[in-house]
Amino acid sequence: MKNRSRIQILYFLMAIILLAVGIFQSWNVALTIFNLCLISSIMTLGINVQWGNAGIVNFGVMGFAALGGLANIIISMPPTSNAWETGGNFIVIGLLIFVLSIIFSVFMFKRVNFNKRIKYLISFLIIFVGYFIMRLMVDSPIEQIEAIEPAKTGYLGGFNLPVIISWPVGGLLAAFAAFIIGKISLGLRSDYLAIATLGISEIIIYILKNEDWLSRGVKNVNGLPRPVPYEIELQSREWVLETANILKIPLPEVSSIIVKLSYSVLFLLVLLVILYLLQIAVKSPWGRMMRAIRDNEVSANAMGKDIKKRHLQVFIIGSAIVGIAGAMLTTLDGQFTPVSYQPLRYTFLIWIMVIVGGSGNNFGSIIGAFLIWFFWIQSEPLGLWLLSFITSHISDTNLIKSHLLENAAHIRLMFMGIILLVTLRFAPKGLIPEVKR
Amino acid sequence: MYLLFGENITCGYGSVDILFNCDVGVNEGEISSIVGPNGAGKSTAMKALFGLLPIKQGKIILDGEDITNMPPRQRVLKGMGFVPQTNNIFPSLTVEENLEMGAFVEQHDCTKMLEYIYELFPVLKDKQFQLAGELSGGQRQQVAVGRALMTKPKVLMLDEPSAGVSPIIMEGLFNKVTEIANQGTAVLMVEQNAKQALKISNLGFVLNQGKNLFTDTGNSLLENKEVRQAFLGG
Amino acid sequence: MDFLNGITLISNYILIPGLTYGSQLALGALGITIVYSVLRFSNFAHGEFMSFGAMSSILLCWLFLSLEINLNPLPTAIIVLPFAIIITIFYCILVDKIIFKFYRQQNSKSVINLIVSIGVMFFTGGLIRFIIGPGDKNFFDGERFILKAKTFKNYTGLSEGLALKTTQGITIVLSIILVILLFWFLNKTKTGKSMRAYSDNKELALLSGINPEKVVLITWIITGTLACVAGTLYGLDKSYKPFTYLHLVLPIFSAAIVGGVGNPVGAIIGGFVISFSELIVTFAYKKIFFYFLPNYLVPDGLLQILSTDYKIAISFIILVLVLLIRPTGIYKGKII
Repeated sequence: MKNRSRIQILYFLMAIILLAVGIFQSWNVALTIFNLCLISSIMTLGINVQWGNAGIVNFGVMGFAALGGLANIIISMPPTSNAWETGGNFIVIGLLIFVLSIIFSVFMFKRVNFNKRIKYLISFLIIFVGYFIMRLMVDSPIEQIEAIEPAKTGYLGGFNLPVIISWPVGGLLAAFAAFIIGKISLGLRSDYLAIATLGISEIIIYILKNEDWLSRGVKNVNGLPRPVPYEIELQSREWVLETANILKIPLPEVSSIIVKLSYSVLFLLVLLVILYLLQIAVKSPWGRMMRAIRDNEVSANAMGKDIKKRHLQVFIIGSAIVGIAGAMLTTLDGQFTPVSYQPLRYTFLIWIMVIVGGSGNNFGSIIGAFLIWFFWIQSEPLGLWLLSFITSHISDTNLIKSHLLENAAHIRLMFMGIILLVTLRFAPKGLIPEVKR
Repeated sequence: MYLLFGENITCGYGSVDILFNCDVGVNEGEISSIVGPNGAGKSTAMKALFGLLPIKQGKIILDGEDITNMPPRQRVLKGMGFVPQTNNIFPSLTVEENLEMGAFVEQHDCTKMLEYIYELFPVLKDKQFQLAGELSGGQRQQVAVGRALMTKPKVLMLDEPSAGVSPIIMEGLFNKVTEIANQGTAVLMVEQNAKQALKISNLGFVLNQGKNLFTDTGNSLLENKEVRQAFLGG
Repeated sequence: MDFLNGITLISNYILIPGLTYGSQLALGALGITIVYSVLRFSNFAHGEFMSFGAMSSILLCWLFLSLEINLNPLPTAIIVLPFAIIITIFYCILVDKIIFKFYRQQNSKSVINLIVSIGVMFFTGGLIRFIIGPGDKNFFDGERFILKAKTFKNYTGLSEGLALKTTQGITIVLSIILVILLFWFLNKTKTGKSMRAYSDNKELALLSGINPEKVVLITWIITGTLACVAGTLYGLDKSYKPFTYLHLVLPIFSAAIVGGVGNPVGAIIGGFVISFSELIVTFAYKKIFFYFLPNYLVPDGLLQILSTDYKIAISFIILVLVLLIRPTGIYKGKII
């Protein structure tokens, strides 16, 4: 039970660190970090299912998270008046035609017996024609929709439903995307898969950045509804006023802490449910089979396991989890900003969390997420402190010193690199190694 | 006294031993064959002799010098050439480049050796600028042997040279092996086709389960009733 | 006249930019392909190596300018390039000795190496931002144009202009020189051949007495050179920003994969396939039709296949298409 004591020690340590931030810095900061830690740990769980259990390298975290974010818009925003009437239907039909042309061309490719080159040509032509029909149908409605009060709306809007529904919907969107991506790329070897998923996630971001009718693109969607009360609302409540009085903390701070705490509770709930389900899955025959495939694909294949199908399953499940976390993140932010999706922050940072925490161990992934996110946030002040300490004997007017202090923020990229490299070198199994079953 | 002699060798992979106190060797200018059933440790013996496997016991002597602990690269310099059973060419290099790579450790010009190889295998001369990966199985074997010969080795070691080639090509290959030996290079080979191999061999080593079973001249092994029944199919 | 105008238009907006960007991608893809074929892993840090090279050039440029050494009308970057290459090579070798070597000796899976290279990417990216800051740096000096659009118009009397920026000229010329040198090295020298042999069949290369550490060293020397030149040229052409190089990794990988990973010729072809597709797909064809078709046939609209916003996404789309149709790439590369 070496692992169990490790888990206890590390979780205890993490709790102390966060409490220390709360006590010495501020509870607001501590809770902000805590909430993002929770979301990150859900993302790492999603990646860990794929990498830790099945050996699938998914570098598309960013794309799935963004799709989750998109779900927020589609579910919770009010529909833009007149947008559907001006041509929303045309857009939907146009897209459908394009999708159908792709399906048709794939179908044709698989079923018709021709010379391969001719088949490629015909398939390509079908898609090309489908694309042009779509453009004909879609171009002017899009223009019109984007012209409806572009400063405020200029997009289709959503269904005006409670925002919390967008979490499972985000998962579904991501799962759907994962199905298509998996069909395309799961046959590839690990390196190719990594690059392919990274590329596809970039394509997703590009679409979200540029299709204003859907996501308002770079104009962002602000003011997403919340699943928790607003601070202003809380400040007029009797019990909040009383709490503030008793604790002798300013009212705005109390209300914002309450808001953050409510988010924490929601996120924690989601995390626990997903963790519970994953633990069951990992221990089940299904999980055992996944690991068998990971450890020896050839013999698993020989035993008649349908590797492709299993991989697709696990790819969809993991990506859906990432999608849920992405939806939660956008809800927490209260806005959807496509520009903010960077592979460094989403894809690669999440991967560092998984590797450092311990590939193949769900508890490891969670602690990895907590620790790395904490460092990611705190390494900026830490770097500044470190550099001021090192340069403390140099006079303040020194050019080198001011340059160093100015660029101290970037030390965190170096930190992350070093943490990852040190882990891979000295503890390749991570902080909490996979349990040998 | 053997030119190359693996004396009393015990070795294997990890903790599992494959060879037990085995003796194999070849005399100057002669051909020796190691034969035996599958899993007898023939290829293991080859690898051990070339230093690709650590040896637990015994020693390897080349031309009177103890080379037991020498790395393979050093053995090439000392005059050993090795042709592995599979992956024994550089497929995306041309035939000539393959041969040049054989002489990589040589400092001086290798055109003379190239000429010798092309004389030995005239087909390769015609295909010298073709990619080795595009050649037929038999031609690939010739490239592989040619590559190993480029350093003018004292001993040429062949690991199942006839694996995967047709009987006619195999016969041609064995003729070449005889020719090589006649030119003064000792040849030590492992063969599945024991009969044909022993026919051209001066010495034969019959291994079974990692141990020497018989050691005799090629012809007498061919006539040995026990050997014929057990290993040569009657 | 219309015909010549049309040709000029295509040259100005597709041919020259395509050649320039294609050369930059090709040099980058060559670096990735060579690391892959010798060391057997996808090096995600290559973009940052390029960035490192560009940064070295910039710092040296500043140094040289402060010493008042320049090469007017050519940019100072040309003189400092050899020194910047040496610094980049040194960094690459250092990274290899400290980090990659360990995993090579362990015979780690390629995917582990890939994750290691991500660690290197983070570290190098941080180091670069720490040294030079995240901001935009323009280090181009000297004459801006080899051929100005106006001069061309005056000279030929055409209504369409043709411009050739100095950076574009330098990029194309330097790339050609570098590629010729590289292929000469790989195909004609003993060391180059031994490198190809090592990448082809590692075990046999060892049996032939090829020294693996030397091959690895040369691999990093070539990679460092290519990365530094590609990075500097890209920065010179489009102004240097550390951030952009992370986003350059993917088009470069696309180029390498499209051409066939592990195949140098493929990497070059892949680079141009990517750059020209980007331009061809996002080019507004209205003007071309205007020159080539009778007026009443010229359709309305810009006639773009995809809007310019999607320019970079095209490389990813091509990547996905290639992975779908022919994962080995145009020239059969080694399947990862």
